[in-house]
Amino acid sequence: MTAKGCARLRVRRGSEGEEAARYDEFAVPFEEGESILDALLWIRSHRDPTLAVPYSCINANACKACAIAIDGRVQYACTTRLLDGRVFTLEPLPGKTQLRDLFALTRPSRQKAP
Amino acid sequence: MRHFDADILIIGAGGAGMYAALGAVKGGAERVLLVDKSMIGRGGATVMAQMTVAAALAEECPDSWESHLEDTIAAGRGLCEEELSALLCREAPQRIRELDGWRIGWARRADGRIAQVSAPGHSRPRCCYVDFLATGTALAQTLRRRIVRESAITKIDTFTVTDLLVDEGECVGAAGFDFAACEPATIAAKAVVLATGGLSRIFRRNSASANLGGEGYALALQAGALLRDMEFVQFFPIGHLAPRLVGVDPILWDPFRYKLGGKLLNGKGEEFLDCYGSDEEPGYTTPRDLLTYAITKEVAAGRGSPKGGVYLSFAHVGKERIDKAFGPVVERLRTGGVDLEKGPVEVAPIAHYHMGGVRVGARLESSLPGLFAAGEAAGGANGANRLSGNAIPEALVFGENAGRFAAEYARGRQNLSSPQGAREAVDRLRQAAAGRKGEKPALALLEELRDVMWNAVGPFRNESALEDATQRIGALRRALPLAAIAPVKGFNPMLADWFELKGSLVAAEAVARAATLRRESRGAHQREDFPASDPALEKTLLVEMDRDGRVRARFCR
Ligand SMILES: Cc1cc2nc3c(=O)[nH]c(=O)nc-3n(C[C@H](O)[C@H](O)[C@H](O)COP(=O)(O)OP(=O)(O)OC[C@H]3O[C@@H](n4cnc5c(N)ncnc54)[C@H](O)[C@@H]3O)c2cc1C
Ligand code: FES
Repeated sequence: MTAKGCARLRVRRGSEGEEAARYDEFAVPFEEGESILDALLWIRSHRDPTLAVPYSCINANACKACAIAIDGRVQYACTTRLLDGRVFTLEPLPGKTQLRDLFALTRPSRQKAP
Repeated sequence: MRHFDADILIIGAGGAGMYAALGAVKGGAERVLLVDKSMIGRGGATVMAQMTVAAALAEECPDSWESHLEDTIAAGRGLCEEELSALLCREAPQRIRELDGWRIGWARRADGRIAQVSAPGHSRPRCCYVDFLATGTALAQTLRRRIVRESAITKIDTFTVTDLLVDEGECVGAAGFDFAACEPATIAAKAVVLATGGLSRIFRRNSASANLGGEGYALALQAGALLRDMEFVQFFPIGHLAPRLVGVDPILWDPFRYKLGGKLLNGKGEEFLDCYGSDEEPGYTTPRDLLTYAITKEVAAGRGSPKGGVYLSFAHVGKERIDKAFGPVVERLRTGGVDLEKGPVEVAPIAHYHMGGVRVGARLESSLPGLFAAGEAAGGANGANRLSGNAIPEALVFGENAGRFAAEYARGRQNLSSPQGAREAVDRLRQAAAGRKGEKPALALLEELRDVMWNAVGPFRNESALEDATQRIGALRRALPLAAIAPVKGFNPMLADWFELKGSLVAAEAVARAATLRRESRGAHQREDFPASDPALEKTLLVEMDRDGRVRARFCR
């Protein structure tokens, strides 16, 4: 009853300071209403558990951890819906330290040890 | 490897952890270290709580903390630790007013008093909130602003605590993995507060954030502290199931039902609550356990909705009333393709809150000296069932007290330079981080665990399914050392999964063993094979871990 679709995600991989920028592409099946975050978690379960994804609250859009660049614009992965046949290019938040893949350190700078 | 020294270490930075940090400063601690595996103030349940906070403020009508206590104890079905429940009810108004002074923005009545609404189980309107459905966000933000102002508080995020350090029978710090630096670290502390939240993430259907896998319960057990009431997991009866809705919490339908009187219908479109003894009036009067029971039974009888729940319909309410009651939220739903006046949504019970936790006394100290616990990580205040609105005050009040008492305990003590067990803990962390080939990643095992817990240790339980679940959890615990971890650089998600699995398995076993031993139904613990409560079992179940890592449950004498 729920419409199904398939989206393609081009995901920036690797850590800061690693050689050339690398993108992996994944085809992700989805049900209507599902988000980019749902697709990233699907990739982690079904394709590549090493994919690093920033998120916490999953549904509520309360934690704001999942902000990434989607097609060059900063958006929340958990509220951006997948579209059938679309290719989405995903990158970590610009201007932050990329710890790995889409996971960047978002706070200004780590506080010093006491 | 990094090492930190602190007076007080607080593990988990939700409402309880942040308030504990403020309490520790108030108690005179000069170096307070607040660590979280996720972000500070944003990784757990606190930021997601969208509804109400119970406190006897008497703004709406006469009220007293004793009346709040009476209601709390009635809901707890004989198992509340009354001094803890009393602490919660007595001090909740202080915390709510303090937050008001810090400009949290409690919703107001026309006359300027704080608005308080009714909620199931409360004998009078006692629950305050921040509009619209923004209580948790406002609370987390207000507390973050307060802790930033305290120079004694140091925050470390993206840091998973994996071991508590115990030296000569006292908790003296912790070891963990600093994911931002990609290396293990140790922390020496004079006292430790565990504020790691709940465990609902170990169930397939849940309302949890990614960080609520029950790791704190495992930390406490492994360090030798006692847990209590682990069999009492609260299932929220009408969690959102379908269609996929993004940007809203799965527990959003409670206030909708309450304000608008939405109807529950089975897969055939019939009302069914009356078949289960509910005489629900317009409004919202059926208790959570009866709702969960009725829905689960309809689904089991083959009368469920397509996704395995029931329908919740507001079609009879009318657009105007819906819009008036929930303005911006209704708009958000419409953009998501859910039009309440047109069609129903599917709902089903989901794991939501944990009544059980670390056994603490009135000073929030666990059975292990030097280890304190607060918030959802601590058990006892809510007994066998929690009233809605009681979890946030539990986090705030217990956090504040735990911080202060921890600071008092720490006074005059020294940090140990090389606590027992620290080196071994770090070696184990290094080994795990170095990666290993294995059959399955921890994530696959976690998903197996969530299915086992949902199917056998969920809202309805019976002996043979519970025993089978315990066996399967045991098998997963044996598979844990063989799980694959790729040695990737930077933030390593497979390592994070593995730590979560390690903690979740112990927490899951504690729940399953306690649920097996309680051969009766009481509050949130429902046994199909023992549907009645047994007055002889009106006593607390404790859980402990022996030297060989075996988890055992026993009734408290
Ligand atoms: C969707 C939802 C809605 C709710 N609505 C309400 C409501 O309206 N009213 C109410 O009273 N209650 C509500 N509750 C319950 C209430 O929000 C929680 O019980 C309460 O916020 C718990 O606070 P806490 O500080 O104990 O834990 P949390 O806020 O959950 O914080 C725990 C923190 O510990 C961290 N942590 C866990 N393990 C580790 C580790 N190993 N190392 C380091 N850090 C760790 C986590 O990352 C997290 O940040 C709701 C819960 C949910 C999930
Ligand atoms: S995951 Fe929390 S806001 Fe997106």
